[in-house]
Amino acid sequence: MPDTLVALYVFVLACFIGYFVIWGVTPSLHTPLVALTNAISGIVIIGALLVTGAGEASGPAGIMGFFAVLLASINVFGGFLVTNRMLAMFKKKKK
Amino acid sequence: MEISANTQVLAYLVSAALFILSLKGLTHPASARRGSFLGMIGMVIAIIATLIGGEVQSYGFIVVGVLTGAVIGGVLAACVQMTAMPQLVAALHSFVGMAAVLVAIGTFINRHAIGDLSAVLMSELSAGIVIGAITFSGSVIAFGKLQGLISGAPVRFVGQHALNAVIGVVTVLLAIHFAMSGSMFSLTVMVLLSFVLGFTLIIPIGGADMPVIISMLNSYSGWAAVATGFTLHNNLLIIVGALVGCSGAILSYIMCRAMNRSIINVVFGGFGSDAGGGPASAGAVAADKGVRSASVEDAIYWMEDANRVIVIPGYGMAVAQAQHALKELMELLEEKDVEVKFAIHPVAGRMPGHMNVLLAEADIPYDHAFEMDDINPEFASTDVVLVVGANDVVNPAARTDHSSPIYGMPIIDAGKAQHVYFLKRSMNPGYSGVDNLLFYQDNVSLIFGDAKDTIEGMVTALKGGGH
Repeated sequence: MPDTLVALYVFVLACFIGYFVIWGVTPSLHTPLVALTNAISGIVIIGALLVTGAGEASGPAGIMGFFAVLLASINVFGGFLVTNRMLAMFKKKKK
Repeated sequence: MEISANTQVLAYLVSAALFILSLKGLTHPASARRGSFLGMIGMVIAIIATLIGGEVQSYGFIVVGVLTGAVIGGVLAACVQMTAMPQLVAALHSFVGMAAVLVAIGTFINRHAIGDLSAVLMSELSAGIVIGAITFSGSVIAFGKLQGLISGAPVRFVGQHALNAVIGVVTVLLAIHFAMSGSMFSLTVMVLLSFVLGFTLIIPIGGADMPVIISMLNSYSGWAAVATGFTLHNNLLIIVGALVGCSGAILSYIMCRAMNRSIINVVFGGFGSDAGGGPASAGAVAADKGVRSASVEDAIYWMEDANRVIVIPGYGMAVAQAQHALKELMELLEEKDVEVKFAIHPVAGRMPGHMNVLLAEADIPYDHAFEMDDINPEFASTDVVLVVGANDVVNPAARTDHSSPIYGMPIIDAGKAQHVYFLKRSMNPGYSGVDNLLFYQDNVSLIFGDAKDTIEGMVTALKGGGH
Protein backbone atom coordinates (compact mmCIF):
# COMPACT_ATOMS: atom_id res chain seq x y z
CA MET A 1 0.00 0.00 0.00
CA PRO A 2 1.47 3.39 -0.93
CA ASP A 3 2.48 5.70 1.91
CA THR A 4 -0.16 8.26 1.05
CA LEU A 5 -2.92 5.66 1.35
CA VAL A 6 -1.59 4.50 4.72
CA ALA A 7 -1.64 8.13 5.80
CA LEU A 8 -5.25 8.38 4.64
CA TYR A 9 -6.18 5.32 6.74
CA VAL A 10 -4.53 6.87 9.78
CA PHE A 11 -6.26 10.18 9.14
CA VAL A 12 -9.77 8.75 8.83
CA LEU A 13 -9.41 6.55 11.89
CA ALA A 14 -7.97 9.44 13.90
CA CYS A 15 -11.01 11.53 12.96
CA PHE A 16 -13.26 8.87 14.46
CA ILE A 17 -11.24 8.85 17.67
CA GLY A 18 -11.38 12.64 17.76
CA TYR A 19 -15.13 12.60 17.24
CA PHE A 20 -15.83 10.30 20.16
CA VAL A 21 -13.27 11.78 22.53
CA ILE A 22 -14.30 15.38 21.94
CA TRP A 23 -18.03 14.73 22.39
CA GLY A 24 -17.11 13.41 25.82
CA VAL A 25 -15.56 16.70 26.90
CA THR A 26 -17.70 18.51 29.45
CA PRO A 27 -19.00 21.87 28.14
CA SER A 28 -17.67 23.69 31.20
CA LEU A 29 -14.15 22.85 29.98
CA HIS A 30 -14.63 24.02 26.40
CA THR A 31 -12.28 26.99 26.81
CA PRO A 32 -9.49 24.81 28.25
CA LEU A 33 -10.23 22.39 25.41
CA VAL A 34 -9.56 25.09 22.83
CA ALA A 35 -6.38 26.08 24.67
CA LEU A 36 -5.21 22.47 24.95
CA THR A 37 -5.88 21.74 21.28
CA ASN A 38 -3.94 24.93 20.60
CA ALA A 39 -1.02 23.55 22.54
CA ILE A 40 -1.05 20.15 20.89
CA SER A 41 -1.49 21.61 17.40
CA GLY A 42 1.93 23.04 18.17
CA ILE A 43 2.93 19.52 17.07
CA VAL A 44 3.71 21.15 13.71
CA ILE A 45 6.96 21.89 15.54
CA ILE A 46 7.98 18.38 14.41
CA GLY A 47 7.73 19.51 10.79
CA ALA A 48 9.54 22.72 11.66
CA LEU A 49 12.39 20.81 13.32
CA LEU A 50 12.75 18.56 10.30
CA VAL A 51 12.88 21.50 7.91
CA THR A 52 15.32 23.48 10.05
CA GLY A 53 17.64 20.64 10.94
CA ALA A 54 17.78 18.96 7.54
CA GLY A 55 21.31 18.65 6.18
CA GLU A 56 20.43 20.46 2.99
CA ALA A 57 18.70 23.30 4.84
CA SER A 58 20.54 26.50 4.31
CA GLY A 59 19.57 29.99 3.28
CA PRO A 60 15.82 30.54 2.87
CA ALA A 61 14.70 27.08 4.03
CA GLY A 62 16.72 27.40 7.21
CA ILE A 63 15.25 30.80 7.96
CA MET A 64 11.70 29.63 7.29
CA GLY A 65 12.33 26.63 9.48
CA PHE A 66 13.64 28.85 12.24
CA PHE A 67 10.51 31.01 12.27
CA ALA A 68 8.32 27.92 12.09
CA VAL A 69 10.12 26.49 15.14
CA LEU A 70 9.70 29.80 16.93
CA LEU A 71 5.97 30.13 16.21
CA ALA A 72 5.20 26.49 16.94
CA SER A 73 7.04 26.59 20.24
CA ILE A 74 5.09 29.70 21.28
CA ASN A 75 2.03 27.50 20.78
CA VAL A 76 3.44 24.58 22.67
CA PHE A 77 4.62 26.56 25.69
CA GLY A 78 1.91 29.21 25.68
CA GLY A 79 -0.83 26.65 25.05
CA PHE A 80 0.10 24.22 27.80
CA LEU A 81 0.87 26.93 30.35
CA VAL A 82 -2.38 28.77 29.83
CA THR A 83 -4.32 25.49 29.89
CA ASN A 84 -2.74 24.62 33.22
CA ARG A 85 -3.42 28.09 34.53
CA MET A 86 -7.10 27.74 33.68
CA LEU A 87 -7.48 24.19 34.92
CA ALA A 88 -5.93 25.18 38.25
CA MET A 89 -8.91 27.50 38.75
CA PHE A 90 -11.51 24.75 38.33
CA LYS A 91 -11.93 23.74 41.92
CA LYS A 92 -14.62 21.99 43.82
CA LYS A 93 -16.54 23.65 46.60
CA LYS A 94 -14.30 24.40 49.53
CA LYS A 95 -14.32 21.80 52.24
CA MET B 1 22.73 9.33 20.63
CA GLU B 2 20.70 8.51 17.58
CA ILE B 3 17.64 6.29 17.35
CA SER B 4 16.53 4.25 14.36
CA ALA B 5 13.60 5.27 12.19
CA ASN B 6 11.53 2.44 13.67
CA THR B 7 12.20 3.52 17.24
CA GLN B 8 11.23 7.04 16.27
CA VAL B 9 7.93 5.88 14.80
CA LEU B 10 7.19 3.90 17.97
CA ALA B 11 7.93 6.96 20.07
CA TYR B 12 5.47 8.91 17.90
CA LEU B 13 2.87 6.23 18.53
CA VAL B 14 3.30 6.59 22.29
CA SER B 15 3.06 10.32 21.88
CA ALA B 16 -0.16 10.05 19.81
CA ALA B 17 -1.72 7.82 22.47
CA LEU B 18 -0.79 10.35 25.16
CA PHE B 19 -2.45 13.17 23.20
CA ILE B 20 -5.66 11.16 22.91
CA LEU B 21 -5.62 10.44 26.65
CA SER B 22 -4.86 14.10 27.24
CA LEU B 23 -8.07 15.21 25.51
CA LYS B 24 -9.95 12.40 27.19
CA GLY B 25 -8.90 13.94 30.51
CA LEU B 26 -11.11 16.94 29.83
CA THR B 27 -14.16 14.75 30.31
CA HIS B 28 -14.26 16.00 33.90
CA PRO B 29 -12.62 18.89 35.76
CA ALA B 30 -11.17 16.42 38.27
CA SER B 31 -9.15 14.58 35.62
CA ALA B 32 -8.39 17.60 33.44
CA ARG B 33 -5.05 18.56 34.95
CA ARG B 34 -3.75 15.04 34.57
CA GLY B 35 -4.92 15.25 30.96
CA SER B 36 -2.93 18.38 30.32
CA PHE B 37 0.09 16.77 31.96
CA LEU B 38 -0.14 13.72 29.67
CA GLY B 39 -0.28 16.06 26.69
CA MET B 40 2.92 17.74 27.83
CA ILE B 41 4.67 14.37 28.15
CA GLY B 42 3.44 13.44 24.67
CA MET B 43 4.86 16.66 23.28
CA VAL B 44 8.24 16.18 24.99
CA ILE B 45 8.50 12.60 23.67
CA ALA B 46 7.62 13.72 20.14
CA ILE B 47 10.15 16.55 20.13
CA ILE B 48 12.99 14.46 21.57
CA ALA B 49 12.28 11.58 19.19
CA THR B 50 12.46 14.02 16.28
CA LEU B 51 15.66 15.68 17.45
CA ILE B 52 17.59 12.43 17.90
CA GLY B 53 16.07 10.68 14.89
CA GLY B 54 18.96 11.26 12.51
CA GLU B 55 17.18 13.63 10.11
CA VAL B 56 18.05 16.64 12.22
CA GLN B 57 21.67 17.52 11.70
CA SER B 58 22.08 21.08 12.86
CA TYR B 59 20.77 22.40 16.14
CA GLY B 60 21.72 26.08 16.30
CA PHE B 61 18.56 27.59 14.81
CA ILE B 62 16.43 25.05 16.63
CA VAL B 63 17.72 25.84 20.11
CA VAL B 64 17.38 29.58 19.60
CA GLY B 65 13.90 29.17 18.07
CA VAL B 66 12.59 26.94 20.84
CA LEU B 67 14.00 29.07 23.64
CA THR B 68 12.66 32.31 22.17
CA GLY B 69 9.28 30.65 21.60
CA ALA B 70 9.27 29.35 25.16
CA VAL B 71 9.89 32.81 26.59
CA ILE B 72 7.24 34.49 24.42
CA GLY B 73 4.71 31.71 25.02
CA GLY B 74 5.41 31.70 28.74
CA VAL B 75 4.95 35.44 29.07
CA LEU B 76 1.74 35.41 27.01
CA ALA B 77 0.28 32.57 29.05
CA ALA B 78 1.23 34.11 32.38
CA CYS B 79 -0.01 37.62 31.62
CA VAL B 80 -3.24 37.06 29.71
CA GLN B 81 -6.45 38.09 31.42
CA MET B 82 -9.20 35.48 31.43
CA THR B 83 -11.49 37.92 29.64
CA ALA B 84 -8.86 38.17 26.90
CA MET B 85 -8.58 34.41 26.42
CA PRO B 86 -10.33 34.52 23.01
CA GLN B 87 -7.67 36.93 21.71
CA LEU B 88 -4.83 34.74 22.94
CA VAL B 89 -6.41 31.70 21.34
CA ALA B 90 -6.84 33.56 18.05
CA ALA B 91 -3.18 34.62 18.15
CA LEU B 92 -2.05 31.07 18.81
CA HIS B 93 -4.19 29.78 15.93
CA SER B 94 -2.49 32.24 13.62
CA PHE B 95 0.93 30.95 14.70
CA VAL B 96 0.01 27.35 13.87
CA GLY B 97 -1.26 28.47 10.47
CA MET B 98 1.89 30.45 9.72
CA ALA B 99 4.14 27.63 10.95
CA ALA B 100 2.34 25.22 8.60
CA VAL B 101 2.92 27.58 5.65
CA LEU B 102 6.60 28.00 6.51
CA VAL B 103 7.10 24.26 6.95
CA ALA B 104 5.47 23.56 3.59
CA ILE B 105 7.53 26.13 1.71
CA GLY B 106 10.71 25.12 3.56
CA THR B 107 10.08 21.47 2.69
CA PHE B 108 9.59 22.46 -0.94
CA ILE B 109 12.90 24.31 -0.98
CA ASN B 110 14.75 21.43 0.72
CA ARG B 111 13.27 18.80 -1.59
CA HIS B 112 13.82 20.99 -4.60
CA ALA B 113 17.50 21.22 -3.68
CA ILE B 114 17.90 17.43 -3.77
CA GLY B 115 15.56 16.99 -6.75
CA ASP B 116 13.07 14.89 -4.78
CA LEU B 117 9.68 16.30 -5.80
CA SER B 118 6.56 14.58 -7.03
CA ALA B 119 3.09 15.72 -8.04
CA VAL B 120 1.61 14.01 -4.98
CA LEU B 121 4.05 15.73 -2.65
CA MET B 122 3.44 19.10 -4.25
CA SER B 123 -0.34 18.77 -4.00
CA GLU B 124 0.08 17.91 -0.30
CA LEU B 125 2.34 20.93 0.07
CA SER B 126 -0.27 23.09 -1.60
CA ALA B 127 -2.95 21.87 0.80
CA GLY B 128 -0.70 22.73 3.74
CA ILE B 129 0.01 26.18 2.36
CA VAL B 130 -3.59 27.04 1.51
CA ILE B 131 -5.10 25.81 4.79
CA GLY B 132 -2.25 27.26 6.83
CA ALA B 133 -2.45 30.66 5.16
CA ILE B 134 -6.24 30.86 5.55
CA THR B 135 -5.85 29.92 9.22
CA PHE B 136 -3.19 32.60 9.66
CA SER B 137 -4.89 35.60 8.08
CA GLY B 138 -8.33 34.54 9.33
CA SER B 139 -6.98 34.35 12.88
CA VAL B 140 -5.27 37.71 12.55
CA ILE B 141 -8.62 39.23 11.60
CA ALA B 142 -10.34 37.43 14.47
CA PHE B 143 -7.67 38.72 16.84
CA GLY B 144 -8.14 42.26 15.55
CA LYS B 145 -11.90 42.06 16.02
CA LEU B 146 -11.65 40.63 19.53
CA GLN B 147 -8.98 43.07 20.60
CA GLY B 148 -11.01 45.96 19.21
CA LEU B 149 -8.30 46.90 16.71
CA ILE B 150 -10.87 46.64 13.95
CA SER B 151 -14.63 46.83 14.15
CA GLY B 152 -16.16 43.65 15.52
CA ALA B 153 -19.19 44.13 13.32
CA PRO B 154 -19.55 42.00 10.20
CA VAL B 155 -18.12 43.76 7.15
CA ARG B 156 -20.16 43.04 4.06
CA PHE B 157 -20.22 44.37 0.55
CA VAL B 158 -21.90 43.54 -2.72
CA GLY B 159 -20.44 40.60 -4.56
CA GLN B 160 -18.56 39.39 -1.49
CA HIS B 161 -19.42 35.73 -1.94
CA ALA B 162 -18.69 35.88 -5.64
CA LEU B 163 -15.30 37.41 -4.86
CA ASN B 164 -14.53 34.66 -2.34
CA ALA B 165 -15.59 32.02 -4.83
CA VAL B 166 -13.36 33.49 -7.54
CA ILE B 167 -10.35 33.70 -5.21
CA GLY B 168 -11.01 30.15 -4.03
CA VAL B 169 -11.25 28.73 -7.55
CA VAL B 170 -8.15 30.57 -8.77
CA THR B 171 -6.22 29.34 -5.71
CA VAL B 172 -7.19 25.74 -6.44
CA LEU B 173 -6.22 26.12 -10.12
CA LEU B 174 -2.85 27.55 -9.10
CA ALA B 175 -2.35 24.65 -6.69
CA ILE B 176 -3.04 22.19 -9.50
CA HIS B 177 -0.67 24.03 -11.83
CA PHE B 178 2.00 24.11 -9.13
CA ALA B 179 1.62 20.38 -8.45
CA MET B 180 1.96 19.57 -12.16
CA SER B 181 4.79 21.97 -13.01
CA GLY B 182 6.52 23.05 -9.80
CA SER B 183 6.19 26.63 -11.05
CA MET B 184 7.52 29.13 -8.51
CA PHE B 185 5.19 31.77 -9.92
CA SER B 186 2.10 29.66 -9.22
CA LEU B 187 3.42 28.91 -5.76
CA THR B 188 3.95 32.57 -4.91
CA VAL B 189 0.57 33.73 -6.20
CA MET B 190 -1.13 30.79 -4.48
CA VAL B 191 0.44 31.76 -1.14
CA LEU B 192 -0.65 35.38 -1.52
CA LEU B 193 -4.19 34.52 -2.61
CA SER B 194 -4.57 32.10 0.30
CA PHE B 195 -3.71 34.89 2.73
CA VAL B 196 -6.27 37.13 1.02
CA LEU B 197 -8.87 34.37 1.20
CA GLY B 198 -8.46 33.97 4.97
CA PHE B 199 -9.05 37.69 5.28
CA THR B 200 -12.12 37.83 3.05
CA LEU B 201 -13.66 34.70 4.59
CA ILE B 202 -13.52 35.96 8.19
CA ILE B 203 -14.14 39.68 7.73
CA PRO B 204 -17.90 39.24 7.09
CA ILE B 205 -18.38 37.26 10.30
CA GLY B 206 -18.52 39.01 13.61
CA GLY B 207 -20.69 40.15 16.46
CA ALA B 208 -22.51 37.28 18.11
CA ASP B 209 -20.75 34.72 15.91
CA MET B 210 -17.36 35.20 17.56
CA PRO B 211 -17.52 31.83 19.38
CA VAL B 212 -18.10 30.13 16.03
CA ILE B 213 -15.13 31.89 14.42
CA ILE B 214 -12.86 30.83 17.25
CA SER B 215 -14.02 27.23 16.95
CA MET B 216 -13.75 27.25 13.15
CA LEU B 217 -10.21 28.59 13.19
CA ASN B 218 -9.36 26.03 15.87
CA SER B 219 -10.54 23.41 13.43
CA TYR B 220 -8.58 24.93 10.51
CA SER B 221 -5.37 24.92 12.55
CA GLY B 222 -5.87 21.17 13.05
CA TRP B 223 -6.42 20.53 9.34
CA ALA B 224 -3.29 22.58 8.60
CA ALA B 225 -1.33 20.18 10.83
CA VAL B 226 -2.92 17.23 9.00
CA ALA B 227 -1.79 18.61 5.64
CA THR B 228 1.73 19.07 7.01
CA GLY B 229 1.60 15.46 8.20
CA PHE B 230 0.67 14.25 4.72
CA THR B 231 3.53 16.28 3.24
CA LEU B 232 6.10 14.81 5.62
CA HIS B 233 4.50 11.33 5.79
CA ASN B 234 4.33 11.82 9.51
CA ASN B 235 1.45 9.94 11.10
CA LEU B 236 1.79 11.71 14.43
CA LEU B 237 1.06 15.05 12.78
CA ILE B 238 -1.89 13.51 10.96
CA ILE B 239 -3.37 12.01 14.14
CA VAL B 240 -2.92 15.11 16.26
CA GLY B 241 -4.15 17.37 13.47
CA ALA B 242 -7.25 15.22 13.06
CA LEU B 243 -7.97 15.38 16.80
CA VAL B 244 -7.67 19.16 16.80
CA GLY B 245 -9.63 19.49 13.57
CA CYS B 246 -12.48 17.38 14.95
CA SER B 247 -12.45 19.30 18.18
CA GLY B 248 -12.88 22.62 16.41
CA ALA B 249 -15.51 21.22 14.08
CA ILE B 250 -17.55 19.79 16.94
CA LEU B 251 -17.31 23.03 18.91
CA SER B 252 -18.45 24.96 15.83
CA TYR B 253 -21.40 22.61 15.51
CA ILE B 254 -22.30 22.99 19.20
CA MET B 255 -22.10 26.80 18.95
CA CYS B 256 -24.25 26.87 15.81
CA ARG B 257 -26.81 24.55 17.36
CA ALA B 258 -26.99 26.84 20.39
CA MET B 259 -27.96 29.67 18.05
CA ASN B 260 -30.21 27.50 15.88
CA ARG B 261 -28.17 28.39 12.82
CA SER B 262 -26.34 26.32 10.28
CA ILE B 263 -22.61 26.71 9.79
CA ILE B 264 -23.34 27.82 6.21
CA ASN B 265 -25.56 30.54 7.58
CA VAL B 266 -22.83 31.72 9.96
CA VAL B 267 -20.12 31.72 7.32
CA PHE B 268 -22.19 33.56 4.76
CA GLY B 269 -24.78 35.23 6.95
CA GLY B 270 -23.18 38.12 8.80
CA PHE B 271 -25.22 38.52 11.94
CA GLY B 272 -25.34 41.08 14.69
CA SER B 273 -23.33 44.19 15.29
CA ASP B 274 -21.30 45.86 17.95
CA ALA B 275 -24.07 48.32 18.69
CA GLY B 276 -22.73 51.25 20.64
CA GLY B 277 -24.76 54.08 22.07
CA GLY B 278 -24.63 55.86 25.38
CA PRO B 279 -26.27 54.71 28.56
CA ALA B 280 -27.36 58.28 29.21
CA SER B 281 -31.11 58.23 28.97
CA ALA B 282 -31.58 54.57 29.67
CA GLY B 283 -34.14 55.13 32.37
CA ALA B 284 -36.19 57.49 30.27
CA VAL B 285 -36.22 55.17 27.28
CA ALA B 286 -37.21 52.35 29.57
CA ALA B 287 -40.10 54.27 31.06
CA ASP B 288 -41.36 55.16 27.59
CA LYS B 289 -41.48 51.55 26.64
CA GLY B 290 -43.33 50.50 29.79
CA VAL B 291 -40.41 48.72 31.34
CA ARG B 292 -40.04 48.61 35.12
CA SER B 293 -36.79 49.69 36.62
CA ALA B 294 -35.89 48.58 40.12
CA SER B 295 -33.35 49.48 42.75
CA VAL B 296 -30.72 47.32 44.38
CA GLU B 297 -32.82 47.27 47.55
CA ASP B 298 -35.81 45.81 45.70
CA ALA B 299 -33.73 42.92 44.47
CA ILE B 300 -32.12 42.35 47.85
CA TYR B 301 -35.53 42.28 49.50
CA TRP B 302 -36.53 39.23 47.49
CA MET B 303 -33.12 37.57 47.42
CA GLU B 304 -32.59 37.52 51.18
CA ASP B 305 -35.53 35.26 51.85
CA ALA B 306 -35.31 33.26 48.66
CA ASN B 307 -34.79 29.53 48.54
CA ARG B 308 -32.97 29.67 45.27
CA VAL B 309 -31.30 32.42 43.22
CA ILE B 310 -30.06 31.72 39.72
CA VAL B 311 -27.54 34.00 38.05
CA ILE B 312 -27.37 34.11 34.25
CA PRO B 313 -24.05 35.61 33.19
CA GLY B 314 -23.30 36.95 29.72
CA TYR B 315 -20.46 38.76 28.06
CA GLY B 316 -21.52 41.95 29.85
CA MET B 317 -20.38 40.34 33.10
CA ALA B 318 -16.91 39.89 31.62
CA VAL B 319 -16.82 43.46 30.33
CA ALA B 320 -17.79 44.81 33.73
CA GLN B 321 -15.43 42.34 35.48
CA ALA B 322 -18.34 41.58 37.77
CA GLN B 323 -17.50 37.92 38.44
CA HIS B 324 -15.56 38.62 41.65
CA ALA B 325 -18.37 40.69 43.08
CA LEU B 326 -20.77 37.91 42.11
CA LYS B 327 -18.73 35.45 44.11
CA GLU B 328 -19.01 37.64 47.18
CA LEU B 329 -22.75 37.94 46.64
CA MET B 330 -22.98 34.16 46.29
CA GLU B 331 -21.18 33.61 49.58
CA LEU B 332 -23.32 36.11 51.47
CA LEU B 333 -26.50 34.53 50.11
CA GLU B 334 -25.29 31.04 50.92
CA GLU B 335 -24.67 32.15 54.49
CA LYS B 336 -28.36 32.99 54.59
CA ASP B 337 -29.15 29.49 53.30
CA VAL B 338 -30.08 30.68 49.86
CA GLU B 339 -29.11 28.24 47.14
CA VAL B 340 -27.16 30.04 44.38
CA LYS B 341 -26.70 28.56 40.93
CA PHE B 342 -25.31 29.82 37.66
CA ALA B 343 -27.03 29.08 34.34
CA ILE B 344 -24.71 29.06 31.34
CA HIS B 345 -25.87 29.34 27.76
CA PRO B 346 -23.49 27.64 25.30
CA VAL B 347 -22.86 30.85 23.35
CA ALA B 348 -22.52 33.19 26.32
CA GLY B 349 -19.22 35.03 25.97
CA ARG B 350 -16.80 35.23 23.09
CA MET B 351 -15.64 31.63 22.94
CA PRO B 352 -16.94 28.21 23.92
CA GLY B 353 -17.00 27.79 27.69
CA HIS B 354 -15.85 31.37 28.29
CA MET B 355 -18.27 31.99 31.19
CA ASN B 356 -17.18 28.86 33.04
CA VAL B 357 -13.57 30.02 33.01
CA LEU B 358 -14.49 33.50 34.22
CA LEU B 359 -16.55 32.05 37.08
CA ALA B 360 -13.74 29.65 37.92
CA GLU B 361 -11.34 32.58 37.93
CA ALA B 362 -13.47 34.23 40.60
CA ASP B 363 -13.27 31.03 42.67
CA ILE B 364 -16.89 30.11 42.08
CA PRO B 365 -16.89 26.30 42.36
CA TYR B 366 -17.52 24.60 39.04
CA ASP B 367 -20.32 22.52 40.48
CA HIS B 368 -22.35 25.72 40.86
CA ALA B 369 -22.45 26.27 37.11
CA PHE B 370 -25.11 24.45 35.11
CA GLU B 371 -25.78 23.98 31.45
CA MET B 372 -28.94 25.44 30.00
CA ASP B 373 -30.77 22.14 29.47
CA ASP B 374 -29.98 20.91 32.96
CA ILE B 375 -31.14 23.99 34.79
CA ASN B 376 -34.12 25.10 32.70
CA PRO B 377 -36.66 22.93 34.58
CA GLU B 378 -35.68 24.64 37.84
CA PHE B 379 -36.70 28.17 36.93
CA ALA B 380 -40.40 27.63 37.67
CA SER B 381 -39.47 26.96 41.30
CA THR B 382 -36.87 29.71 41.55
CA ASP B 383 -37.48 32.89 43.52
CA VAL B 384 -35.04 35.31 41.97
CA VAL B 385 -33.09 35.38 38.73
CA LEU B 386 -30.26 37.84 38.12
CA VAL B 387 -29.40 38.36 34.47
CA VAL B 388 -25.93 39.86 34.44
CA GLY B 389 -24.87 41.22 31.08
CA ALA B 390 -26.84 38.69 29.06
CA ASN B 391 -29.76 39.46 26.78
CA ASP B 392 -30.52 37.39 23.70
CA VAL B 393 -30.04 34.09 25.52
CA VAL B 394 -33.11 34.76 27.69
CA ASN B 395 -35.27 36.46 25.06
CA PRO B 396 -38.61 34.64 24.66
CA ALA B 397 -38.86 36.08 21.14
CA ALA B 398 -36.67 33.13 20.19
CA ARG B 399 -39.70 30.94 20.93
CA THR B 400 -42.65 33.09 19.96
CA ASP B 401 -41.70 35.56 17.26
CA HIS B 402 -41.34 33.81 13.90
CA SER B 403 -39.98 36.95 12.30
CA SER B 404 -37.22 37.45 14.86
CA PRO B 405 -33.65 36.80 13.70
CA ILE B 406 -33.09 34.75 16.83
CA TYR B 407 -36.22 32.65 16.32
CA GLY B 408 -35.54 29.01 17.12
CA MET B 409 -32.52 29.68 19.29
CA PRO B 410 -32.71 27.63 22.49
CA ILE B 411 -33.02 30.01 25.45
CA ILE B 412 -32.69 29.94 29.21
CA ASP B 413 -36.13 29.96 30.87
CA ALA B 414 -35.40 32.97 33.07
CA GLY B 415 -38.90 34.40 32.64
CA LYS B 416 -40.50 31.52 34.56
CA ALA B 417 -38.98 32.58 37.87
CA GLN B 418 -40.87 34.63 40.47
CA HIS B 419 -38.73 37.74 40.08
CA VAL B 420 -36.28 38.51 37.32
CA TYR B 421 -33.75 41.35 37.55
CA PHE B 422 -31.75 42.42 34.53
CA LEU B 423 -28.51 44.18 35.35
CA LYS B 424 -28.04 46.45 32.35
CA ARG B 425 -26.11 49.51 31.45
CA SER B 426 -28.67 50.73 29.00
CA MET B 427 -31.69 49.80 26.96
CA ASN B 428 -29.47 48.86 24.02
CA PRO B 429 -30.50 45.50 22.65
CA GLY B 430 -28.12 42.54 22.58
CA TYR B 431 -25.84 41.52 19.77
CA SER B 432 -28.71 40.43 17.60
CA GLY B 433 -30.20 43.91 17.73
CA VAL B 434 -33.51 42.38 18.84
CA ASP B 435 -35.73 43.91 21.49
CA ASN B 436 -36.06 41.62 24.50
CA LEU B 437 -39.72 40.66 25.07
CA LEU B 438 -38.88 39.63 28.61
CA PHE B 439 -38.51 43.27 29.66
CA TYR B 440 -42.26 43.76 29.34
CA GLN B 441 -43.22 40.79 31.48
CA ASP B 442 -44.83 41.58 34.87
CA ASN B 443 -42.25 39.77 36.98
CA VAL B 444 -39.27 41.43 35.30
CA SER B 445 -37.45 44.61 36.30
CA LEU B 446 -34.28 46.28 35.12
CA ILE B 447 -31.56 47.61 37.38
CA PHE B 448 -29.60 50.17 35.38
CA GLY B 449 -25.93 50.76 35.94
CA ASP B 450 -22.59 49.05 35.71
CA ALA B 451 -23.06 45.38 36.61
CA LYS B 452 -20.09 45.37 38.95
CA ASP B 453 -21.28 48.47 40.84
CA THR B 454 -24.77 47.06 41.10
CA ILE B 455 -23.61 43.76 42.51
CA GLU B 456 -21.21 45.45 44.89
CA GLY B 457 -24.18 47.54 45.99
CA MET B 458 -26.09 44.34 46.70
CA VAL B 459 -23.15 42.97 48.67
CA THR B 460 -22.96 46.12 50.77
CA ALA B 461 -26.70 46.07 51.37
CA LEU B 462 -26.61 42.43 52.41
CA LYS B 463 -23.68 43.01 54.74
CA GLY B 464 -25.53 45.92 56.25
CA GLY B 465 -28.27 43.41 57.03
CA GLY B 466 -30.92 45.09 59.11
CA HIS B 467 -33.89 44.56 56.80
